[in-house]
Amino acid sequence: MAVERTEELTLNMGPQHPSMHGVFRMVVHFDGEIVTKIEPKVGYLHRGLEKLAESRTYPQFIPYTDRLDYLASPHNNLAYVQTVEKLMGLQIPERAEYLRVIFAELARIASHLVFIASMALDIAGWTAWAYCFRDRERILDMFEMTAGSRLTVNIMRIGGLSGEPPTEFWPALKSFLDDLPEMLEEYFGIFYGNEITQARLKGIGILSKELAENLSITGPVLRASGANYDVRKAEPYGIYDRFDFNVPVRYGCDSYDRTLLRLDEIIESAKIIRQAMRDIPEGSVMAKVSKIIKPPVGEVYHRVENPKGELGFYIVSDGSPKPARLRIRSGTFINIQMLPIVALGWKMQDLIAIFATLDAVLGEVDK
Amino acid sequence: MDALNQLPLNIAATIRSLFGDSHSIWADLTMNVINIILVIVLIVLAALILILLERKIAGWTSQRPGPNRLGPHGWFQTIADALKLLGKEDVTPAGADKFIFKIAPMILFALPMMTLAVIPYGKGMSPIDLDLGIVYFLAISAVSTLSLLMAGWSSNNKYSMLGGMRAVAQMISYEIPLIFSLLGVVMITQTFSLSKIVEAQSTVPFVVLQPLAFVIYLIAGIAEVNRAPFDLVEADQEVVAGPFTEYTGLRWGLFFLGEYGNMTAVAALTTTVFLGGWQGPAILPGYAWFFLKVGIIIFFQMWVRWTFPRIRIDHLMGLAWKVLLPLSILNILLTGLGIYIYDLVLRIGG
Repeated sequence: MAVERTEELTLNMGPQHPSMHGVFRMVVHFDGEIVTKIEPKVGYLHRGLEKLAESRTYPQFIPYTDRLDYLASPHNNLAYVQTVEKLMGLQIPERAEYLRVIFAELARIASHLVFIASMALDIAGWTAWAYCFRDRERILDMFEMTAGSRLTVNIMRIGGLSGEPPTEFWPALKSFLDDLPEMLEEYFGIFYGNEITQARLKGIGILSKELAENLSITGPVLRASGANYDVRKAEPYGIYDRFDFNVPVRYGCDSYDRTLLRLDEIIESAKIIRQAMRDIPEGSVMAKVSKIIKPPVGEVYHRVENPKGELGFYIVSDGSPKPARLRIRSGTFINIQMLPIVALGWKMQDLIAIFATLDAVLGEVDK
Repeated sequence: MDALNQLPLNIAATIRSLFGDSHSIWADLTMNVINIILVIVLIVLAALILILLERKIAGWTSQRPGPNRLGPHGWFQTIADALKLLGKEDVTPAGADKFIFKIAPMILFALPMMTLAVIPYGKGMSPIDLDLGIVYFLAISAVSTLSLLMAGWSSNNKYSMLGGMRAVAQMISYEIPLIFSLLGVVMITQTFSLSKIVEAQSTVPFVVLQPLAFVIYLIAGIAEVNRAPFDLVEADQEVVAGPFTEYTGLRWGLFFLGEYGNMTAVAALTTTVFLGGWQGPAILPGYAWFFLKVGIIIFFQMWVRWTFPRIRIDHLMGLAWKVLLPLSILNILLTGLGIYIYDLVLRIGG
């Protein structure tokens, strides 16, 4: 009797596939609809940021950091300027510290809103996508009224912030925070609570705690696997040790918990912003910094909790106005490693959903 | 009102009278040609309106205006899009099976023409009144699977092929509960003729007598025309555009027309079989009632599409084979029991 043999289907998904985030590409082997092998290919958005840094002065590099994880640009600014300040041993004004926290957490909320939107979109929930973008718009408006731009905000400076937020910023922030619970309820109604969403995400793409830690995965993806690790708590930077907030942890290890964890984080971020609004002192938003910044000879590593994972900057200074070497440790680039391991054996549609839970931004992956 | 109700029939009679002998072969032929043209016009008009309506409903659910640039409230947007499609280059991929690639969209477009031709739009207003209307309708609409498979296979593209395979798996699975859900009505009326089924609903529409069958038909109907949450065939997040990936210009437009035509056809059959067709209070002419009910069903389909995420393929199959099929068989059993008891009561009472 002849043995029936079927052939594996090799499918090249990306860089122009509709559901790929940015220009990520993966070569996927399918047995029918079942994934048997994944080869991620990165580098289509490589701009050589690390090398570019060597030919720019320290302040000149700040706009480039906006283009890392462009959905949460204040966060990247924060990581970079704090690294340089750490190298210089610079103290910045209190008001600037609080404003930094407010903008960083607003960026986290905006980034997580885009995550919920794109997650919904990747399982074809169009309306949830529109809702999240509608609400994210209000955060972008706040960025715009302060810094003049919406996406690549470029608001932080070495020694403080680019400027004081205008008077209409505070009422806008307050009304946004007041409306937030209602928004989250809406997302829950249309997306999280939906029967099909839960069937699509629950129990799918199990990333065990051991595997996550072995792959040095960080951020919400790690915390959804039951590990309580957040740089804001583990190694507080800026003034994060002054705020009372929880690190949301979930133990499901599946796509649904990874998705739900972002919702928890939005709630915690709102809590931090409220405390910062309450405690913020008056004063200047910029420290006295010389026109030409020349950090002392030495090297420094500093890391922050980016919405997508741990973002670290390593800078080697030779005493000149330009860094001798700059290295970026970006969360998503490392988180993507889980994809070829975790998504094996799931269906094509699950693969898309699992990839979406990583919240990959290719600006951060390819640098 | 009665004059308005009879207007299409009167026009038809006038045209026939032009031939002297109103039942000569030439009169019949002319009327058939006019009917066919009317059905084509109906499909094109439906597609034009439905595409705009869909975008407006999408806007409404997601709290944005939808198309609003061209014409008042953007009503001419679809026309502009259609003209743009006409101007597009017609690309046939190098490795494609050219003949099959080219006729696949035509087949999909032809199907709603054939199915919509047997629908009674008003009293005595079936373009073609078949005794086996339901059987004919189901047989023809099942062919759309073939068109999608042809498109998927001939494009010589892996995404298209995956989409085509999904189309076959999905549509054949849903065909069975779809057919079974209609059997209850056939058992009650003891006819396959669509116009007689509508006549039988003069007192009460069958949605009251067959609620389970109605729900099954609605769900299976959405799956049959590949709309969300069952749009796995053209799931752009996974298979780009499924069988339509390689199509451009007017061929792609034909697929689009065919999809909306099929959607109209399924809604028209739902209206005819479950909602009483053209029957309704005499405040509106019969055909107005018919199109109103079709509109409600289509609105429901669009509403569902813009609310739900897409279901996974194994859940989709599970729903068809483990839920809808047993339920539809149960419905047949219950209907049979109901008819038996009704007869028994009649016999004892009378």
